[in-house]
Amino acid sequence: MDALPDHMRPERSFQGFILALQRFWAEQGCVILQPYDMEMGAGTFHPATTLRALGPKPWNAAYVQPSRRPKDGRYGENPNRLQHYYQFQVIMKPSPPNLQELYLKSLAAIGIDAAVHDIRFVEDDWESPTLGAWGLGWECWCDGMEVSQFTYFQQVAGVECAPVAGELTYGLERLAMYVQGVDRVYDLNFNGREGAEKVTYGDVFLQAEQEYSRHNFEYADTAMLFEQFKMAEAACRKYLAAGWRDGSNMKEHLMALPAYDQCIKASHVFNLLDARGVISVTERQSYIGRVRDLAKACGEAWIHTETGRAV
Amino acid sequence: MPDLLLELFSEEIPARMQAKAADDLRRMVTDKLVAEGLVYEGAKAFATPRRLALTVHGIPARQPDLKSERRGPKIGAPDAAVQGFLKATGLKSLDEAKIQKDAKGDFYIALIEKPGRPAIDVIAEMIPVIIRTFPWPKSMRWGARSAKSGSLTWVRPLHSIIATFGLETEEPDVVKFAVDGIEAGQTTYGHRFMAPGAISVRRFEDYEAKLKAAKVILDPQARKDIILEDAKELAFAQGLELVEDQVLLDEVSGLVEWPVVMMGSFEKEFLSIPDEVIRATIRNNQKCFVVRDPKTGKLTNKFVLTANIEAPDGGKTIVAGNERVIRPRLSDAKFFYETDLKTRLEDRLPKFEQIVFHEKLGTQAERIKRIERLAAEIAPLVGADVEKTKRAARLAKADLLTEVVGEFPELQGLMGKYYALAQGEDASVAAASEEHWKPQGPTDRVPTDPVSVAVALADKLDTLAGFWAIDEKPTGSKDPYALRRAALGVIRIILENGLRLRLADICGPSFWQAATEKRAREVQNETKQPDGTESPRFTKFVVRVDTETFGRRSVPAGVVDLITFFADRLKVQLREQGARHDLVDAVFSTSPSPWWRADAARSAGKLDLIETAGSEAALDSNPPPEEEMQDDLLMVVRRVEALGKFLDSDDGKNLLAGTKRASNILAIEEKKDKRSFDGAPDAALYKLDEEKALAAAIDQVKAEASAAVAKEDFAAAMSAMAKLRPAVDAFFDKVKVNDDDPKVRENRLKLLNEIRAATRAVADFSRIEG
Repeated sequence: MDALPDHMRPERSFQGFILALQRFWAEQGCVILQPYDMEMGAGTFHPATTLRALGPKPWNAAYVQPSRRPKDGRYGENPNRLQHYYQFQVIMKPSPPNLQELYLKSLAAIGIDAAVHDIRFVEDDWESPTLGAWGLGWECWCDGMEVSQFTYFQQVAGVECAPVAGELTYGLERLAMYVQGVDRVYDLNFNGREGAEKVTYGDVFLQAEQEYSRHNFEYADTAMLFEQFKMAEAACRKYLAAGWRDGSNMKEHLMALPAYDQCIKASHVFNLLDARGVISVTERQSYIGRVRDLAKACGEAWIHTETGRAV
Repeated sequence: MPDLLLELFSEEIPARMQAKAADDLRRMVTDKLVAEGLVYEGAKAFATPRRLALTVHGIPARQPDLKSERRGPKIGAPDAAVQGFLKATGLKSLDEAKIQKDAKGDFYIALIEKPGRPAIDVIAEMIPVIIRTFPWPKSMRWGARSAKSGSLTWVRPLHSIIATFGLETEEPDVVKFAVDGIEAGQTTYGHRFMAPGAISVRRFEDYEAKLKAAKVILDPQARKDIILEDAKELAFAQGLELVEDQVLLDEVSGLVEWPVVMMGSFEKEFLSIPDEVIRATIRNNQKCFVVRDPKTGKLTNKFVLTANIEAPDGGKTIVAGNERVIRPRLSDAKFFYETDLKTRLEDRLPKFEQIVFHEKLGTQAERIKRIERLAAEIAPLVGADVEKTKRAARLAKADLLTEVVGEFPELQGLMGKYYALAQGEDASVAAASEEHWKPQGPTDRVPTDPVSVAVALADKLDTLAGFWAIDEKPTGSKDPYALRRAALGVIRIILENGLRLRLADICGPSFWQAATEKRAREVQNETKQPDGTESPRFTKFVVRVDTETFGRRSVPAGVVDLITFFADRLKVQLREQGARHDLVDAVFSTSPSPWWRADAARSAGKLDLIETAGSEAALDSNPPPEEEMQDDLLMVVRRVEALGKFLDSDDGKNLLAGTKRASNILAIEEKKDKRSFDGAPDAALYKLDEEKALAAAIDQVKAEASAAVAKEDFAAAMSAMAKLRPAVDAFFDKVKVNDDDPKVRENRLKLLNEIRAATRAVADFSRIEG
């Protein structure tokens, strides 16, 4: 690490911070994936987590996932709320016995020394009603601030995890703000350079936050979105039905991934509709249930695929 | 005798589960030891975030031997029987058996000795079962073993187990067992950050001491003491005072193995936020304590945090980090509070029209209107100003829609009070926002200001009446809308404020209002025109309901049922306070006024109104039950108290015995003659002085007792009743009830009936036990 130029150091640059995490987890045997090319609310939706958490085959991966939370947009005016932010996601299946130690080492790799900081594992049971998933674990606190989620998946997409996968989610902006010592996310140093060469998080994302906030709250085409939801739902069902080899004997599935893409799509469209305020409280539950049904059906398909099934 | 040390070392156990888990571990192990004949001397369990530990001392080294005898066949029995006996008892030959004589002959007896097993073997068998069946509220699987079904579940991954057993003076043995691949041993680990290395331990004493050296304080109480003492000390050193908080202390002590208490501060400008909001922010989000200035009682800009490590920089980084986290939290809270202040409470009300209270009971807006009307009805009965009460009822729930309450639901009511005061409301009106929620539980105080009392009663009664009207009453253990708590709240408000209220006067309008509104909603749906507009029939219905119904005392069966519910809750309440349940029943079953009869007739007219507007009656107009009851709760309670005192006296006991005797004789004779002996006795038929004396005593007592009851002086009524005793005693002493002359007999039975009647002025003595 001493060989790192200053502008790549995790406490100086956001990108250096991400690279440090990637490198750390690569050294632990994780495949380093790139973000999934679809809009999603959290890194957990990435098929590398949702689907790969299922089935008996070992799987260790880490990746950055842009997370879209349309309702969290604040037109760029709030110092730490964003409708688009980065999560760093680690999944290890089966969960290794030293996952907590690995996590603490990863913090050290990004400049958080557990000897001077107060790191705590505070109870937090995780549940995703849209994914039909739950797990037990903690919020990880650093000096009173929640910096990560740590979960042992028990069930995903309605399927019991066997073996259990351990999942870590780092809120990258928040952690980087802490490490860099800035109070406003847009002031994060993105590239680690100073003076004219310096690029901030605001330079990269402020305009996007403003534009997408307008879009999410005011202009997103709700008629189109309602239609898209229905289309994605129908497509997901269609691909699932068509994916069973030899018709409907439910033994081997050949299209779980494309079907799951439509589930991701439906989930994001729902989030946009929710941000536009056009879904009532009772309808809300029903939409969440519809996405969950898709996720469960995809999970069921996945465990009948080459990668997802037993041996 | 040997001691057992057990430690279950895991990843971080949720703070809220630790105390119960330690207790469960102690209970399960010791119960099992006793069940196995291993009676121990003492046991203590501990929990930290990463471990459950148990020490049991004074366990016998072996189970006691068990001896039993088994009777076999007679001497000379067939060989098959003898062989069977030998096989069953494990004897090699009949030489090992004893012979016992009895009336039927000589029998073989086998002495069977079951030697006790070594305690360590018994423990090795029981602990794995306890671990596998441990009652965590939620447990999980983990790691490679979770690929197979039946893998161990624990609250979080379990890493190691210590189990040692042995005498204080010797090197203890490891209790040999394994659970899902984890072998019991004698190794544990110190503090996660300050002393993470392995530690080998022998027994509880060195275990606890070595942990302490490795920066782990095993005893949760010791951690609490340290946190509390250090926190107080830190505050005191600055001339300040810690705001103590037991719940927070319990939680914080479950988040650290080595508590290090430090003080941080925040910008003074945040002190413009109400103290409770600052406290909720810092407590709920950051698990930190707040600090006040003892001179003013107001919070200061300090907070106390509890870290889990001693940092080389003295904790500077940790304090700075916590301050950085608390600042934006307080900044949000301040923003919420200031935003809230910009909107007047009444301007928030229209939004309630969009919020459904219950599908069948309409919106929050409708509910608030009902509460307002009810509160205005109740106000004069409790001495509250009607206009203030209406205003208070209208505003009381408005803070539900504020930002601060959205963030901290526990501040509901309190924020309403602050916002009401800030917009210049009357102090009583503002106070009702907070007070009308009370009492929240059996230990919560009740409101006392008349305006708050009226709104609190209206709020609870509307809830009860509403759910009664849609037939969602509590059943068995199911009470999803906390209706029992609401009823108890009404009871406590009435009793503790000494209010004179007829339940019928307050339940009637509540029920009527809720039921008509429910019916109106149904009619509205049923009569809707094809184009979706409202039918003129519905409009007519609404006008009639509005002008004719509300406020009149109608008592349909639903109200009787609701009052019966109150009566039951009062009985439960009185019993819990130690009153005898039979006394409560005795008082409830007397009633000077069958209040509903006339009202029920009157209410029939209103039921017609609903019939004309809709297809069926919304209200059940069944006749009320025959049993009479009391509906002035305060008077019921006073009667029960007076009756209890009276029955503790000799006069009371003897009078009770006398009336019981009279009742028993009457019951027998009534059955024999198949008739009752109601009606006044004929004075001309009295033959004996004792009869005359009793008749005179009854007349006197009746008059005195009734007069006393009318004045609500129940003690005096009881004293009057006591005068009956000598006459009753003398009567039973000297008078033969079943005289040969049937007329005299009948007259004497009527006299006995009079005793019963006289005592009913205060209670139905036949319901009293003893």
